[in-house]
Amino acid sequence: MSKRRIVLAVVTAVAGLAAVGIVAANPVHHAEVHTQSWSFNGFFGSFDQEQLKRGHVIYKDVCAGCHSMSLLAYRDLQDIGYTEDEVKAFAAEVQVEDGPNDAGEMFERPGRPSDRFKAPFPNEQAARAGNNGALPPDLSLMAKARAGAGFLGHDGADYLFSLMTMYKDPPAGVTIPEGMYYNEAFKGHQIAMPPPLSDSEEAPLDQQAQDIAAFLTWAAEGNLEERHRTGIKAILFLVIFTLLAYATKRKVWANVH
Amino acid sequence: MAAPVFKNPVIRWIDHRLPIFSYLHHEAYEYPTPKNLNYWWNFGSLAGFMLIVMIVTGIILAMQYTPHVDHAFNSVERIMRDVNWGWLLRYLHMNGASMFFIVVYIHIFRGLYFGSYKAPRELLWQLGVLIYLLMMATAFMGYVLPWGQMSFWGATVITNLFSAVPVIGDDIVTLLWGGFSVDNPTLNRMFALHFLLPFVILAVVIVHIMALHRFGSSNPLGIDTKGPQDTIPFHPYYTVKDTFGLGIFMMFYAFWVFWAPNALGDPVNYELANPLSTPEHIVPEWYYLPFYAILRSIPDKLLGVVAMFASILILFVLPWLDRSPVRAGTFRPVFKWFFWILVFDCVILMFCGKYPPEAYWMPFSFEIVDADTFTARVAEVRGIAHDQALNDVGEMWGVNAASGDFGIKIVRLGQLGTLYYFAYFLIVLPLLSIFETPRQVPLSISKPVLGGGKNVAHATAKPMEKA
Repeated sequence: MSKRRIVLAVVTAVAGLAAVGIVAANPVHHAEVHTQSWSFNGFFGSFDQEQLKRGHVIYKDVCAGCHSMSLLAYRDLQDIGYTEDEVKAFAAEVQVEDGPNDAGEMFERPGRPSDRFKAPFPNEQAARAGNNGALPPDLSLMAKARAGAGFLGHDGADYLFSLMTMYKDPPAGVTIPEGMYYNEAFKGHQIAMPPPLSDSEEAPLDQQAQDIAAFLTWAAEGNLEERHRTGIKAILFLVIFTLLAYATKRKVWANVH
Repeated sequence: MAAPVFKNPVIRWIDHRLPIFSYLHHEAYEYPTPKNLNYWWNFGSLAGFMLIVMIVTGIILAMQYTPHVDHAFNSVERIMRDVNWGWLLRYLHMNGASMFFIVVYIHIFRGLYFGSYKAPRELLWQLGVLIYLLMMATAFMGYVLPWGQMSFWGATVITNLFSAVPVIGDDIVTLLWGGFSVDNPTLNRMFALHFLLPFVILAVVIVHIMALHRFGSSNPLGIDTKGPQDTIPFHPYYTVKDTFGLGIFMMFYAFWVFWAPNALGDPVNYELANPLSTPEHIVPEWYYLPFYAILRSIPDKLLGVVAMFASILILFVLPWLDRSPVRAGTFRPVFKWFFWILVFDCVILMFCGKYPPEAYWMPFSFEIVDADTFTARVAEVRGIAHDQALNDVGEMWGVNAASGDFGIKIVRLGQLGTLYYFAYFLIVLPLLSIFETPRQVPLSISKPVLGGGKNVAHATAKPMEKA
């Protein structure tokens, strides 16, 4: 290749990547997001199981009071390091409606690992009625549904971290209606969810926020570790494949003038 | 070109009755190809590869997917969570759409630069444009299937475009919806057509290749092959060269699938479709953005729709708009500049399609800000009241270099981009055909120039120009 063609190719590549960058970036939004360093980012990124367990406890004790997580089953918790018996115990903590039985009646039974996470409210109306008219969204995919500002798409965790930590007093001149809260990470800054986490003896707010954000990332993207591992193998294969193809190409084309 | 003698008696027996092996030998093995094709010519076969990938992953996904408004979203999540390797299939398919468009866009721009649309390959080019149109329809319908927020609202916006058609517009929309709003019947017909259209594309691709093989590939010099000294058999030369290119391309593809599978999509589509709640910004996938920008840059709905479709349909008549006898842009000193501006223009249009039309782009600080923020900055820089600034901002195209508050409203930028896009095809190309003096075109591929000059030296110094 002549120098000019190399320059042209580089310019084209840069323009192309810039275009992709535009696409990957988010539209104008007013929310502020604080970037954190996550164990699951990067080419070899993987979850920190202890962090996920801590996040799970927060979910169970705090979030699950209002938010459902309908796409996850108790059995999924084995992925974050709980034993089968522990998972059975988690499931058995809730009563699940089943049936109809042979007499045609619905009945309650303790949860099993194959059950989906039990929702705190039986339906949307009940959820709104219990929350001042606001609907607490399902959290199964929240980490993916709020991503978008970062290139590698794991920034949903950054958003969730920011949402947990950026409750503030409203600035002068801004009035927040009764039952609403001011949060700099939330679109429009006005959110119906009261601050769910605060500094405690066990852990500072920042750590709790990181833990729950990591847990929700796992919930949305449980295949992340397998995806990264498969990706590494795929790339290794492709590098060898491409080198062999290039060598073959050189050899085959050697006599073309 | 005698029929080959096959050693295997079974193949010989079949080939005598059904000459399919002779045909393949003729079309895929000895098929004479210009020996000077560069890597831009790799993208046709890459597009074919992506079509196969999309069909294979798509069929397997369809085995697990449920086209019903109550189940579609969760069935996709079931594929992601419970189906063995389901996440891989879905991410391959989802990112595959983007990869397919990247490859096809490069393929199209290659054709635009090297004049591949010119006689005698006009039909070949038009078939390609038809494939592109079918791809756009297919991708749109596929995007509806997961039934997320953007699926639903995208479907609503795009189907509503047809209501701009005079007289029968509303009837067309009702027919598309299968009812009076985007609902289950809409999802069902989208699924049926999303399954059907790829096979229609495959059929048109076969005809596209038939048309290609009539005169063979064009080449970077844009001149006809003059004989066997200019060509080499497709196999092994281009099969191996394309295989190398495929390896590079698959690494690029793998990067998105394994490390950024959701980066090219809109996060809002991970929320279940909700007809009662409109997303803040309804934005199409990146490959539609330039057309979305053209649509929005015209205030009248019908004219906007007409402009959007015209921006693609204009490609059908391109061979007759560009009358220059020289195919390759390499030998057209003026054309070259306009071509690269067109590439840049399409990137700008893509950019305009992405952001809200009323937002402002501030190119020096590389920021996109909404109208309020921009107004506030104008007020600050000029030291005037907010109302006064609002008035100024409302009037201006957004440019005021004197005070430093340089910014351009996205919709204005889109209008400029649209203007250039159409001007390129309707004004620039026809005029260049008359006024441009092309450089000396080589006589043949083997003998790059007819008399002296640096190209001869170049050719002898580097006889193996093959990268």
